[in-house]
Amino acid sequence: MQHHLEKYFRMDKLPHIWCPGCGHGILMGAVVRAIDNLKLEQDKICVVSGIGCSSRAPGYMNFDTLHTTHGRALAFATGIKLAKPELKVIVVTGDGDCAAIGGNHLIHAARRNIDITTIVFNNNIYGMTSGQYSPMTPKGAYATTAPYGNVDRNFDLCKLAMAAGATYVARGTAYHTNQLIKFIEDALNHKGFSLVDAVSICPTYFGRKNKLGNAINMLKWQKDHAVSVSVAEKLPPEKLEGKFLIGKFHKSEEPEYVEEYDKIIKKAQEGRK
Amino acid sequence: MENNVKLMQGNEACVEGAIAAGMRFYAGYPITPSTEIAELCAEKLPLVGGKFIQMEDEIASMAAIIGASLTGVKAMTATSGPGFSLKQENIGFAALTEVPCVIVNVQRGGPSTGLPTSPAQGDVMQARWGTHGDHPVIVLSPSSVEETYYVTVKAFNFAEKYRVPVIVLMDEVIGHMRERVKLPDLSELEVVDRVKPEPGKKDYYPYEVDSDDGVPPMASYGEGYRFHVTGLIHDKTGFPTRDPQITDRLIRRLINKIECNKYDIIEYKEESLDDAEIIVLSYGSTARSAQRAVRMAREEGIKAGWVQTVTIWPFPSEVVDKVCGKARTIIVPEMNLGQLVLEVERVAAGRLKIEKVNRVDGEMITPDEVLQKIKEVK
Ligand SMILES: Cc1ncc(C[n+]2csc(CCOP(=O)(O)OP(=O)(O)O)c2C)c(N)n1
Ligand code: SF4
Repeated sequence: MQHHLEKYFRMDKLPHIWCPGCGHGILMGAVVRAIDNLKLEQDKICVVSGIGCSSRAPGYMNFDTLHTTHGRALAFATGIKLAKPELKVIVVTGDGDCAAIGGNHLIHAARRNIDITTIVFNNNIYGMTSGQYSPMTPKGAYATTAPYGNVDRNFDLCKLAMAAGATYVARGTAYHTNQLIKFIEDALNHKGFSLVDAVSICPTYFGRKNKLGNAINMLKWQKDHAVSVSVAEKLPPEKLEGKFLIGKFHKSEEPEYVEEYDKIIKKAQEGRK
Repeated sequence: MENNVKLMQGNEACVEGAIAAGMRFYAGYPITPSTEIAELCAEKLPLVGGKFIQMEDEIASMAAIIGASLTGVKAMTATSGPGFSLKQENIGFAALTEVPCVIVNVQRGGPSTGLPTSPAQGDVMQARWGTHGDHPVIVLSPSSVEETYYVTVKAFNFAEKYRVPVIVLMDEVIGHMRERVKLPDLSELEVVDRVKPEPGKKDYYPYEVDSDDGVPPMASYGEGYRFHVTGLIHDKTGFPTRDPQITDRLIRRLINKIECNKYDIIEYKEESLDDAEIIVLSYGSTARSAQRAVRMAREEGIKAGWVQTVTIWPFPSEVVDKVCGKARTIIVPEMNLGQLVLEVERVAAGRLKIEKVNRVDGEMITPDEVLQKIKEVK
């Protein structure tokens, strides 16, 4: 690890619990590098997570941190942000945490456009509970609870977040780390609800179940199957078969929730209805 | 002071009490018969610079108040039966992580959506044991609109003092009834704030206890302490551990910080106990019927006495202890098929006879029903 980044980690809590080859370490590193690049004030950052392998990240990060109940990180984060708007609130969550049990909180946090940055450590599987399918496991893929192939259709989380009102949405991968850091920086700079779908790898379960080889092969798979949105626009549909899109999908300026609420306070105190 | 006298609803008194106690954050999801609490918070909180948010459900509401409280703000949510069930996992989180917060449950008839607009007292055991695992809790139950005001203030004070979720267990009668309330002078009201670490303390451990009451000082997010909070079993640093000794010590400390301070927490009211042979012990709106019944019994020369447990959990064992040996019978009326009576039986341990008066039809227990029971056992 680069020396100047050590201050963002709780060095005494490392090494982490993640399996060798897990993509979550790369993603945590990306979050920290984005914070460092932006020179954000360390004491004004609060990192919140739910439950899952991904959600263990805040424990290693040297900020005010909160490891909540499964799926509820965004709801806890909403309380923190609204109660203390000066804090920069970052949610680190898994695809199961965020899209299954926490799906309701995701769409509503997006709808409110509250100034929270959500980084989804998306490994397309439930890692912590050892390999059950998540709402982002592709149809047909194998999981311990999908021994004959997954029948569920999967979410495109970026589309979901956009439809729900998120004002910054991007997808990056563990392989394209520099680009991912950029997206996280943009998201942190953005005022409003931002979401970065950070595609991770879980060699232990998703990789093994789906015969994707070791971590290196899985990262290579990301390299070969990720197509940036700008390139995809120029490609015929058959060339996009089996591929997935990465890039900045959406950015818009909309009134932010906490600021809007401050106007309510003003209005109430001036006696207007 | 005449303008301090108001006609108000129980739900309204709850909001007034909460704001007086310093509540500045409310997150909730509407449900009868608690809805007026949300509506009034939406109106009143901005006036004092506080925040109201209507979350997407009760789970989220409970989560949001814990988040808010971690920033140092006093926070509350209110609900009724079905919503209370949804909150349970996060109530357990607040109990284990020792985050002060207040949860109001204006009970309705149940189970399920049950009887939304009818009174019941069926959530007594859920209030104690609703979430999983061994955990501490304080539950207070008011019997009048005015008492609701004071009980809510107390709920916040206990939450802050003991870093524990406190439940205000109301019933529909109290929530919706309008009564005359005399509000106190705010300057005379005792308001407790959580103990914070000394400013600038370098090696702050969020769960290090250095006081006799078993309650660690609590820093707020954003003050530079960079501390970790997790719902996993943790040591004094706040980080997960699986050490059996530390686990055991943590769970026992959480329970003990309430158990050992129960004389501070427990409040009950009594009338005509000295020579009473028959005691009626009750809580919530039912305590009012019980009190009236005891007075009617006295008029007829029956030696009856009355107890209202304002604190339900920890259960006021000493009241039962006190009357055992003196009285022959305790009657416990409640709008359920017998929940708090189990505690009375446990403490009495066969020392006196216990009778129940129960209703689960969505109707109040009347003074006449209680009086009839008193006469039956005379
Ligand atoms: C209420 C509740 N239900 C289920 C669980 C069990 N559980 C823990 S983590 C997890 C899935 C995590 O998957 P994901 O969010 O994708 O994160 P990953 O472990 O893959 O990083 C589940 C189902 C739980 N802790 N709480
Ligand atoms: S189970 Fe998968 S997601 Fe969890 S640590 Fe191991 S590789 Fe990573």
